[in-house]
Amino acid sequence: MAKIIVDENVCKGCALCVNTCPKKIIALSKSKINAKGYHPAELTDENACIGCAFCATMCPDTAITVYK
Amino acid sequence: MDVVFKKPHALTDAPLHYCPGCTHGIVHRLVAEVLDELGVEGKAVGVASVGCSVMSYNYFGCDMVQAPHGRAQAVATGLRRALPDGVIFTYQGDGDLAAIGTAETVHAATRGENITVIFINNAIYGMTGGQMAPTSLPNQITQTTPYGRDVNSAGFPVRVCEMLSTLDGVALAQRVTVDSVKNVKIAKAAIKKAFQNQIEGKGYSIVEVLSTCPTNWGLSPVDALQWLRDNMIPYYPLGVYKDADKRDNMKGDKE
Ligand SMILES: Cc1ncc(C[n+]2csc(CCOP(=O)(O)OP(=O)(O)O)c2C)c(N)n1
Ligand code: SF4
Ligand code: SF4
Ligand code: SF4
Repeated sequence: MAKIIVDENVCKGCALCVNTCPKKIIALSKSKINAKGYHPAELTDENACIGCAFCATMCPDTAITVYK
Repeated sequence: MDVVFKKPHALTDAPLHYCPGCTHGIVHRLVAEVLDELGVEGKAVGVASVGCSVMSYNYFGCDMVQAPHGRAQAVATGLRRALPDGVIFTYQGDGDLAAIGTAETVHAATRGENITVIFINNAIYGMTGGQMAPTSLPNQITQTTPYGRDVNSAGFPVRVCEMLSTLDGVALAQRVTVDSVKNVKIAKAAIKKAFQNQIEGKGYSIVEVLSTCPTNWGLSPVDALQWLRDNMIPYYPLGVYKDADKRDNMKGDKE
């Protein structure tokens, strides 16, 4: 069991995490838009996350916290 | 569930002003992680330079000074002398370190100032809107080289690590990048070593980080990382250019 929490107000929708996740389970939200006008990243499949923290390692805004 | 990755303590909660996907943010986090791991946030003093990272004093939890353009290593030299036990570092862009600040850089290095220099090479002047930097690549299109950098008139890019590695005061000159998880880990190890060298008194340590400027390169953040791999790494090879102890060069004086 592992998961990530994205701080939606800090995320700038740059997609570096989306591009890095080995499980391809992060996407930029199609429905949400944050106060700065970006589509924040979100986890699309909680059961598939392996807690590798690759996403958080590449996040320039340290918007991701990883739990395992 | 346990937390396996969170924001380091030495990075404040202030939201970064950098553009989406700009790798300045990754490097900030790595510096903060190293300050945490070495337990030196309380005695560290950073010097913010002029460029996009001018407001890095808002982001690092330690004490910070903001230096005029190019003068960061002169300010760090003053801090070094005033605070013998302080952990002194600069955080500078390529316009700051390798253009207006070239003299300060070369002389701080050759004096063997016992400081840590974090050098962000993004091959452009980011803050001012994307003009050519000394580090811009041959044929690179910038605001001031719309037909590409012509080496006949604009000369060749400066390879800072190679140049400084010839100086006896330099302990570490290493070029890294942050385009992938693997390279981020290598970059962090280099930054940690650059701080450890200072704590051990080995001399001047510089880590050059090949970094992206998606905004002024006109690329998405993901495409900017690929541009860096395809264009910057071949011209600026990654690796350790110097790993020494300046005190080894002083032995002759004592004997
Ligand atoms: C004395 C002086 N000259 C020129 C400037 C204008 N200026 C501001 S930032 C900058 C270059 C910044 O580029 P770089 O150091 O590469 O940092 P980046 O913004 O790319 O991170 C220049 C020339 C200034 N602020 N002060
Ligand atoms: S922790 Fe690993 S598997 Fe989970 S979302 Fe991040 S990159 Fe993907
Ligand atoms: S890397 Fe960070 S800022 Fe970029 S989209 Fe992912 S969570 Fe958001
Ligand atoms: S202008 Fe370039 S270097 Fe400056 S914050 Fe934006 S992407 Fe980063």
